[in-house]
Amino acid sequence: MQENLVEISKMSFSHENGRVVFEDVDIIIPRGKVTAIMGPSGTGKTTLLRLIGGQLTPSKGEVRVEGKVIHELSYRKLYQLRKQMGMLFQMGGLFTHLNVFENVAFPLREHTKLSESMIQTLVLMKLQMVGLRGAWPLQPSELSGGMARRVALARAIALDPKLIMYDEPFTGQDPISMGVLVKLIRTLNDALGLTSVIVSHDVQEALSIADYAYVISNKKVVGHGTPDEILHGSSEQLQQFIQGLPDGPVPFDYPANSLTDDFLEGNEV
Amino acid sequence: MLSQRWIEVLVGLFLLFALLALAGLAFKVSGLTSLFPTKSYEISANFEDIGSLKVRSAVKMGGVQIGQVSDISLDPATFKAIVHMRIEDSFNQIPDDSSAGIYTAGLLGDNYIAITPMYSQSFMKQGSQIEYTHSAMILEKLIGQFIYKMGGSANDKEKGNENAPKAQ
Amino acid sequence: MINQLALLGAWWIDVLRELGRSGVLLYRVLFYPPQIRRGFPLLLQQVYSEGVLSLLIIVVSGIFIGMVLALQGYHTLAKFGASQQLGPLVALSVTRELGPVVTAILFAGRAGSAVTAEIGLMKATEQLSSMEMMAVDPLRRVISPRFWGGFISMPLLTLIFNMVAIYGAYLVGVKWLGLDAGVFWSNMQSSVEFHGDIVNGVLKSIIFGIAVTWIAVAQGYFAVPTSAGIASATTRSVVYASLVVLGLDFILTAMMIGEW
Repeated sequence: MQENLVEISKMSFSHENGRVVFEDVDIIIPRGKVTAIMGPSGTGKTTLLRLIGGQLTPSKGEVRVEGKVIHELSYRKLYQLRKQMGMLFQMGGLFTHLNVFENVAFPLREHTKLSESMIQTLVLMKLQMVGLRGAWPLQPSELSGGMARRVALARAIALDPKLIMYDEPFTGQDPISMGVLVKLIRTLNDALGLTSVIVSHDVQEALSIADYAYVISNKKVVGHGTPDEILHGSSEQLQQFIQGLPDGPVPFDYPANSLTDDFLEGNEV
Repeated sequence: MLSQRWIEVLVGLFLLFALLALAGLAFKVSGLTSLFPTKSYEISANFEDIGSLKVRSAVKMGGVQIGQVSDISLDPATFKAIVHMRIEDSFNQIPDDSSAGIYTAGLLGDNYIAITPMYSQSFMKQGSQIEYTHSAMILEKLIGQFIYKMGGSANDKEKGNENAPKAQ
Repeated sequence: MINQLALLGAWWIDVLRELGRSGVLLYRVLFYPPQIRRGFPLLLQQVYSEGVLSLLIIVVSGIFIGMVLALQGYHTLAKFGASQQLGPLVALSVTRELGPVVTAILFAGRAGSAVTAEIGLMKATEQLSSMEMMAVDPLRRVISPRFWGGFISMPLLTLIFNMVAIYGAYLVGVKWLGLDAGVFWSNMQSSVEFHGDIVNGVLKSIIFGIAVTWIAVAQGYFAVPTSAGIASATTRSVVYASLVVLGLDFILTAMMIGEW
């Protein structure tokens, strides 16, 4: 068994329209630990998760999951590998035409040939882990945002994956739901022996449960280490992000003409 | 979301309605009498001019359709039109000296072939050829003839008048 | 000036790219067939939501179109003393043209827009991405059943439309305007050919079905995943589908008439 579940080496990625998202990025996700990936908005953190999941192909370098270069796999092998991954999307991504029970049962029905009673047991177990066992008959539209995310989490762990990825799990949550999620992520990781990757820009919460963290800004990794090392790191970009300074390497002012041009001399805007 | 069973029932009903519609269209609207091509045999006839006869034009006897035209071609030697017809097997007692003519349905309708029976005791079979044929009447030729005749009779009248006075 | 040309060129390239993407989507839907056992209930579900639920609008439109055709047709034909040709007039108009075309346009508006919106919404709420990450191919699960559902439903709806329209004409022509029923049906039967008219009409509806459903599915799949994006994809799907149906109708009619 490899030490590292995911290895990203010298990876560069740009969108079709030419915008460069990552340049020469190295990231290692160690097995069994919670790794946080942080950075300002728009730096492509969700893109990173998609690269790990094989939905996107890097322009240079490689992404290895369980030792295999994921973007070079055939469809079939890719799907095999994906069965061992779970992903929690920002908005939950629950299927609106199925109720909570069916949503969680979906991966079980698709990929296993278990009997109905076994599926029922497993689904209720997973829902119990996230604290929503009684909510099984509800429709997704009847759930609050936080509850929907927890159901999505139950669905993501339905097949007992090895890797689970969280896309901005803390965004827009009230303190209680936040607390619930934080507790869940940590306990599930330890109880089930998962490897968790959290993508977030919520420094405080992410660092409170992470074992290791990477900070990405301006296409590169500007800092990585244990939460302690990050909080006291030295680079300016890192410090601006960690402390939430409004101005610094990521400027406050959007590029614009000079003040005299816009305000004086009656120039055309 | 209706239960799976209801959905299956309703889709089945949908299919049923569509099939009924197809049947209605086939039999009531287009008068399809049978889906399978009836057994038939082929005969041929040569015509000078087939007018606007087309493949699948009707072949009738006494006004009743007994078959249709299956092929039209030109004989390179005689430059006559060779018309092949498929006649339904149930009409297998057509005397083999019958004649075939091309007529027009109504005044300005489509052309069809009418077979007029004669008296022979032997009958047409696969590959028979009709000996006696009349071609289609081409409207333009008729008009031409008519005008010529009109002109001709005017000349005759003049000639007749010229003759008459001399005879006196 | 050069700028305009460059823009025109860029626009054309975008059009070609969109066509290409939709083509690849169609290829994958057609040639990666869904598993029969699991896919069949999904397909049935889609035939229900696209076909059965469209029955109402198709039947009502059919009846009214048939009735109006009969009414208008009668008044014009009566001037030439040719009112016994009402049967053939209605039957030929409906089975050759109105049936396939009107059904296709109504289908595009009702079922096509629904499919586009559904798929677009699933894309926007990350349901399609979730499926992908759960190693379930959204093409097989979501797109393919909707495509085949439309492919199957369209010809069936067209047949029902045709019959209902002719029946509506019968109601107006015979029951109301007093034409003789026997003359109505027998003239119709001698003018309408099963292979030439009815089968060709069904052939048209199959081709229209492919076109409308393909456009609906592609617009949904490639929609921009925002609410404005979905709205614009839905309207585009209806407009493109309607225009394509009319264009194809001309081409198919020319081919079918030329054949004779």
